[in-house]
Amino acid sequence: MTTGPHSETPTAPLLSVRAIEKSFPGVRALSGVSFEAARGEVHALLGENGAGKSTLIKIISGVFPPDRGEVLVDGSPVDLARPDDARRAGIATIYQELLLFPELTVAENIFMGHAPRARLGRIDWRAMREKTNALLASLEIHDLQADRIVGSLSVGNRQRVEILRALSQDARILIMDEPTAALTEYDVTRLFDIVRKLKARGVAVIYISHRLDEIFAIADRVTVLRDGAHVATRRVADTDAAGLVQLMVGRRIESLFPKVTVPIGKPVLEVKGLERRPLTRSVSLTVRAGEIVGLAGLVGSGRSELAQTIFGVTPADGGEIRIDGQQADIRSPAQARSLGVAYVPEDRGTQGLVRPMTVRENFSLAALGKVAFGGFIDRGAERKLAGDGVKRFAVKTSSLEQIAGKLSGGNQQKIVLGKWLANGPKLLILDEPTRGIDVGAKAEIHRLMGELAAQGLAILMISSELPEVLGMSDRVLVMREGRIVAEFPREEATPESVGAAMMGSHESAEKAA
Amino acid sequence: MTAMTLAGTGADPRRRLKVLASQEALLAIAVIGLAIAVGLYNPRFLAARNLADVLLGNAYIAVAAVGMSMVIVSGNIDISVGALIGVLATFSGTLAVNGAPIVVAWLAALVAGVVVMALQGVIIAYLRIPAIVVTLGMLSILKGGLISVTGGKWITDLPDSFHLADIELFGLLPFPVFLMILVTILAALWMRYSASGRAIYAVGGNAEAARLCGISQPRTIVMVFALHGLFAGAAALLYATQLRVIQSTVPPNLELTIITASVVGGVSILGGVGTVVGSTLAAVLIAEIASALVFIDVSPYWIRAVQGVLILVTVIADILRRRRMAGA
Repeated sequence: MTTGPHSETPTAPLLSVRAIEKSFPGVRALSGVSFEAARGEVHALLGENGAGKSTLIKIISGVFPPDRGEVLVDGSPVDLARPDDARRAGIATIYQELLLFPELTVAENIFMGHAPRARLGRIDWRAMREKTNALLASLEIHDLQADRIVGSLSVGNRQRVEILRALSQDARILIMDEPTAALTEYDVTRLFDIVRKLKARGVAVIYISHRLDEIFAIADRVTVLRDGAHVATRRVADTDAAGLVQLMVGRRIESLFPKVTVPIGKPVLEVKGLERRPLTRSVSLTVRAGEIVGLAGLVGSGRSELAQTIFGVTPADGGEIRIDGQQADIRSPAQARSLGVAYVPEDRGTQGLVRPMTVRENFSLAALGKVAFGGFIDRGAERKLAGDGVKRFAVKTSSLEQIAGKLSGGNQQKIVLGKWLANGPKLLILDEPTRGIDVGAKAEIHRLMGELAAQGLAILMISSELPEVLGMSDRVLVMREGRIVAEFPREEATPESVGAAMMGSHESAEKAA
Repeated sequence: MTAMTLAGTGADPRRRLKVLASQEALLAIAVIGLAIAVGLYNPRFLAARNLADVLLGNAYIAVAAVGMSMVIVSGNIDISVGALIGVLATFSGTLAVNGAPIVVAWLAALVAGVVVMALQGVIIAYLRIPAIVVTLGMLSILKGGLISVTGGKWITDLPDSFHLADIELFGLLPFPVFLMILVTILAALWMRYSASGRAIYAVGGNAEAARLCGISQPRTIVMVFALHGLFAGAAALLYATQLRVIQSTVPPNLELTIITASVVGGVSILGGVGTVVGSTLAAVLIAEIASALVFIDVSPYWIRAVQGVLILVTVIADILRRRRMAGA
């Protein structure tokens, strides 16, 4: 379809995904996504966080069924109700967090669940070792032995065990979810060697990655998703990094984020040479009153770690933090809070909200000092504080006594945000403030951020959504491998420039410039 | 979606109904309902003498369950408390028999309870070792130690003034029942209205969120265990003084009966949810059921099975409630 009228092959593609739709309560995750992968093809899936890549691969691997659409293998539709169905159809998935048994050997891990059997149903250990060695030999892996304990292996080697495990089950379609996220450079080259060997055997590899240079190094075609929709499928040879970034982020930034300009005041947060290895390396930055500074970067670039170091969760090993010009040696969240720093964590489920508590109790949790006198909580003051928060943040709840865990994601996020503002902070650090919430709630949180900045709050916002960073920020900082590698004033922050700095791709940086 | 809509019906007009459906209200209804039902079958069950005995003999379980509830709300568990009650009873009784002032003997039990539990709290909170493992170790130490030290001998010849349980306030209200009510009310108010009480719920409900709000998880856990030790000490005194002798043992599986009271009282085994009013009502209910079995001619050995059913029903209901919440 994308390669022109002469691309029709006599046989059906190995994997064909057709018009997949999937909704979760309140969110449309996928709306009609289609793509195909041929034998021996490496097909990359590209998209921002929340674009729908994970949902798509979960559907292909049988984790949950699509609402509409179908998956075909060798031209015939397969019913993927369970992961086991996918395995039988020859589909194997290697997730980011490897699913291995660390106490068992390489061979046991590879053949877990389908070990060769001897008489009386006993496991045939000899056959298992031999098969393992044959698999290792077939991929020319010489530094891995069948009876090594998996827990003692490097991440790269563990990943190889997962790949072998997939091959041992005769997988013909291999899905790899961000396989290089935790790998060293050397392991990445070795992984690519293996992927090329798989290609040569006719295996179709679905390759998910944020790293454009990898896609150019290994993929044949790339499908770009955005907001759950299929944007384009291109041959890698026919495109370039700037073009892909363009497809990923689209042109919808200005319209979605009406930026309010407010006067910028004195520096509230000044960080100089902050160190907390491995993911915070001599970081220096400034955030001023009324200013929204966006912190862009890939997942794993060290943005959340930096935020947690500033907030005292993982105190710094070196460097300097100043709040309102005063040197602050922040060693704990309690101390950061008393200095007027608020942190809205990335994962509101595990870090932000106490789900079994009521809306009222959640709102006052970070400001108990304000409503408690002599160690006892003044219910009236607490109710007022929570009531104000509910009103100000337009939280949709039946009452203050509603259990917070029962609210929708957007409303939970508003509570987590509001809880911190109850304390009257000077500096607000937001980590992925709108992840996983619907468009309406997103817009409301963006509006609130604008209001808060207008009231003179300094805001440091971490976001993996480029449009959000570009749309909301007065200034954009880009992090990569624990360092701040680029800074753009609002006018110069374009998807191309920021995207290129995030990926660390010099070539595309030049093209964008 | 259905779950959400259902959950959303907590709107004001139905609020009163919801209060009635709380675990505490259900337990109160069960306590009264059971008394009436068994009383109809066998009126002797309702004799003042019997009801008083039920409360008197089991008040110490309710007092210990108050501390246990705090521990479970904070996301922990303690299986050493039964053994500790035995040790503290013997400790206090030994002091009294050997001529220590009675008040000192009483206070010693309370202080020792706090010390032992706080120590466990420190190990759990600061060395980050699961509570079940730490308290299992302590259970063995206490149980084994008690038998070895006392050689299984009973303490007799206790001074009359030692017997706290004999005191009747206003010549009417037995001290154990008074203490059970007092401890429950004070602890309930404290957990509901104090900042440190709130911290227990926060730590048990979401330790990470609590930490980011500046609530120290280790400090909260040590505090909870220290208080639990205090209540265990008080429970030990009630237990030690209800009979003329102190045996060097406690009822078998005492810790499980105490945990049962907490859990049936609505304290979520996953932490973050529950009240001490619930656990006290549940302790009373369990004692009432045990007594009722006798009056309806069922072997009292069935009480363990009944406890088991109560636990399973409550825990399953709790888990289902949480699932629905997570799904919303």
